Amino acid sequence: MNDAATVSRLQFAFTVGYHYLFPQFTMGLAFLIFLLKTLYLRTKNEQYNQATRFATKIFAISFIVGVVTGIPLEFQFGTNWAEFSSFAGNIIAQLLAMEGAFAFFLESAFLGLLLFGERRFGQRVHWLASLLVFVGTWSSGFFIVAANSWLQHPVGFQPQPGGGIALTDYGAILFNPWVGPQYLHTMTGATITGAVTMAGLGAYYLLQGQHRDYGQIFLRLGVTVGLIATIIALFPSGDWEGQQVARLQPAKLAGMEGVFTTESGSGIVLIGQPDVELQRLDNPIVVPNLLSFLTFHRWNAQVIGLDQIPDDQQPDNIAFLYYAYHIMVGLGTIMLGVMLLAALLLWARRLYTSRWALWLLLLIVPFPFIANTAGWFTSELGRQPWLIYGLLRTTDGDSTVVSSGNVLFTLLGFMGIYALLWCLFLLLMLREITHGPEAATAAGTHGVTTDPPDDFLDLDDTALAKP
Amino acid sequence: MPTLWFILVGFMLTMYVLLDGFDLGAGAIAPFAARTNRDHRILLQAIGPVWDGNEVWLIAAGGTLFFTFPKLYATSFSGFYLPLMIVLWLLMLRGLSIELRGHFPSPLWGQFWDGLFFLGSALLAIFLGAAVGNVVRGVSLDQQGRFFAPLWTDFDPRSPTPGILDWYTILIGLLALSTLVLHGANFIAVKTTADLQQRTQRIARLALVSTVLLAAISTVATFWLRPVLLDRFASQPLGAIFPLLAIAGLATVGYARWADRDLLALLASGGYILGIMSSTAFVLYPVVLPAVNPANSLTITNTAAPTYGLTVGLIWWGIGMVLASIYLLVIYRLFRGKVQLDESGY
Ligand code: HDD
Ligand code: HEM
Ligand code: HEM
Repeated sequence: MNDAATVSRLQFAFTVGYHYLFPQFTMGLAFLIFLLKTLYLRTKNEQYNQATRFATKIFAISFIVGVVTGIPLEFQFGTNWAEFSSFAGNIIAQLLAMEGAFAFFLESAFLGLLLFGERRFGQRVHWLASLLVFVGTWSSGFFIVAANSWLQHPVGFQPQPGGGIALTDYGAILFNPWVGPQYLHTMTGATITGAVTMAGLGAYYLLQGQHRDYGQIFLRLGVTVGLIATIIALFPSGDWEGQQVARLQPAKLAGMEGVFTTESGSGIVLIGQPDVELQRLDNPIVVPNLLSFLTFHRWNAQVIGLDQIPDDQQPDNIAFLYYAYHIMVGLGTIMLGVMLLAALLLWARRLYTSRWALWLLLLIVPFPFIANTAGWFTSELGRQPWLIYGLLRTTDGDSTVVSSGNVLFTLLGFMGIYALLWCLFLLLMLREITHGPEAATAAGTHGVTTDPPDDFLDLDDTALAKP
Repeated sequence: MPTLWFILVGFMLTMYVLLDGFDLGAGAIAPFAARTNRDHRILLQAIGPVWDGNEVWLIAAGGTLFFTFPKLYATSFSGFYLPLMIVLWLLMLRGLSIELRGHFPSPLWGQFWDGLFFLGSALLAIFLGAAVGNVVRGVSLDQQGRFFAPLWTDFDPRSPTPGILDWYTILIGLLALSTLVLHGANFIAVKTTADLQQRTQRIARLALVSTVLLAAISTVATFWLRPVLLDRFASQPLGAIFPLLAIAGLATVGYARWADRDLLALLASGGYILGIMSSTAFVLYPVVLPAVNPANSLTITNTAAPTYGLTVGLIWWGIGMVLASIYLLVIYRLFRGKVQLDESGY
């Protein structure tokens, strides 16, 4: 806890974990907003348009939190990971700079149009804005995932004479084999977040007996998209990720699955607590041979355990890695189950009246956020002790000139600001949800609309009139 | 190739100062220009659709600096650890203050965010100026090319271990504040009408006076502290067009303010900013971070990335910038003209 590298790791984990709560939601929601707007243009049903405006309002609040929490991340590579930055900056920063050039400019320009442009510029422009914002957020996701993929599986480089490495193949870093599965899986995760939240909101309105029409729209769209996305999260994307990890990062696989001893026909652990001191699993419930089959498609394939991995190449927090992975998969399975059930009820036209199912949909709203965070903890903890897999150790990547006391100072500062941010976010979200979809007007779907539109502050300005 | 990228990164940073400059300036004048809630909302609606895009220039410039001059990025960002983090916090709080103000109908809520918007904008202007001041003055780089700057030491720019804040960098910070107030007031004058417009025009006139004074003092102080910088003009006299551009810009602002031509004033303060940014880049080149001991200075050659990456970068960077400029034109064109207060925005 006292060395700067550890505190920097904590700070990075905290700030990126917090940041990602918002983009996952905005990326998912941007997709759904685009669908809603398209549905409106197709059917000319004004309710879809109203739902679009309402969703845009919610989008705007989480987008701004995503933006302000994203900026510190971009700078932290330089501030806290200076050795890493000068070692590999000419490669990793290509991707970060491309995110700025191709995604952030696009998002920031057209969000304004999505928010303020409908009445002024008409429906087609508004639809185009929703498309461009969707494309913008998803390409942002692409570049950042490509950057992370490169840390997981560095390609296209050559050692440089003066130390450090140099980019030699641009195409390779952009089409790194690691990117495909990781991008698909991450975007699926984001879509799940958007869809589960939307379905939960619909369920809330129906349970409350408010805004029933909109509640039904949100349920239909949320459950349909949610079901498809939860299936894709498991197969093919999750399966793909698992195989890739097994092939290229055996230490991560052993850690996340809790495989302490190498064996053929390894079983999959459903429940159990890793005991790292004794190198075994307590209270395990195991399905025999399944892990070998899932990762290598042979019932008797050999899975390398931690016993075969040298101590200095093992992830340094096996227990956490194991739990993070199991939480992701566990919650993913639960969400899939609930979505399947809800879809069946929807198909049988009974969802809107089955209060217990609506309650379930409402209660699982936090799950995708937890699952996404846990998934990232799996990737990142499992990558340890490497910052760049096989090339640069995390302990060699931090800034030598920055002391741990300084990092702790800024970590505490971030915690303070982010706590404030969280309160504000909840307050504003609850307010928008209570006001409901009918309150969103066509102009800017952005401000106070149900309150007296007149200047609420002027009253007070005259009362306090300066002499 | 490194020289080209030096110019391109300089271009992006200048775009940032030109664009985000006016919305920072708008924040710094907000409490003086805006009297009523309505005024505050007009100010926010004037910058609302564009401020985030403006800030992306900073992020994109940071990313570009990172891949073109990784050593410079790593050294300066870790060396300026504390002030950078403070800048980040200010950027965050200020962004929130713009976007969240309109979401809750309470006078106290509004006043809280107005206060934060002012503080965040003004402090950011000062800090960004002080950052330029630090880069011009130089830092205590060691032989490995590393340093860590404390927030302040003895406030003397000639000290062997200068801090972030000393009288020189604070002077440059104030110059930056004054410059952005001028630029921001010019912008708001273009976007508003009636008494709000008149108040911002008055602020712009005051800011013009203080900018002229501070610019003169800063120029003298700079060449007094670092006479070597003058040599650049001796060896390349053509470089004199950069400072001349700045002077011409300021003179034109003077004319435009006197003749009440707001748009011309805005363009002219833009020209002036372009002039000081390019002058700074010109006198520093090829050094990018001077050291107290000149032998340890970071230059474009000892910090640049290998050639292959710089070459590929040029291709996609070009495409990206063309796209970004198109968005920029589209958005500024769509939202041109005076702000019509939209009851449901900000
Ligand atoms: C709602 C979100 C969600 C759900 C339901 C799942 N995942 Fe996941 N998972 C993610 C969200 C996520 C993520 C946050 O998006 C990660 C982090 C890095 C990444 O590529 O995606 C991730 C990472 C991740 C990794 C690590 C990849 C690496 O180290 O780079 C594996 C092996 C899996 N997932 C496998 C699965 C399986 C087999 C699932 C079946 C239920 C599953 N995930 C459900
Ligand atoms: C948004 C999702 C992400 C989450 C939740 C996440 C989570 C984490 C966590 C938990 C750590 C700390 C690991 C440890 O201390 O053992 C970490 C470290 C780190 N991550 Fe990520 N990460 C994410 C995305 C990324 C991306 C996209 C990049 C690259 C562009 C990245 C780069 C890093 C770096 C450089 C470190 C510090 C060094 C290290 O501990 O390995 N992360 N991240
Ligand atoms: C998988 C991980 C990540 C994804 C998918 C992601 C995606 C996004 C998205 C979609 C946005 C737009 C704002 C929003 O929708 O809330 C955003 C904002 C931002 N992100 Fe991330 N992000 C991730 C992690 C990171 C990391 C590791 C960094 C640092 C390098 C970063 C830097 C930024 C910045 C600077 C912004 C602000 C952009 C603006 O001003 O428009 N993000 N991110």
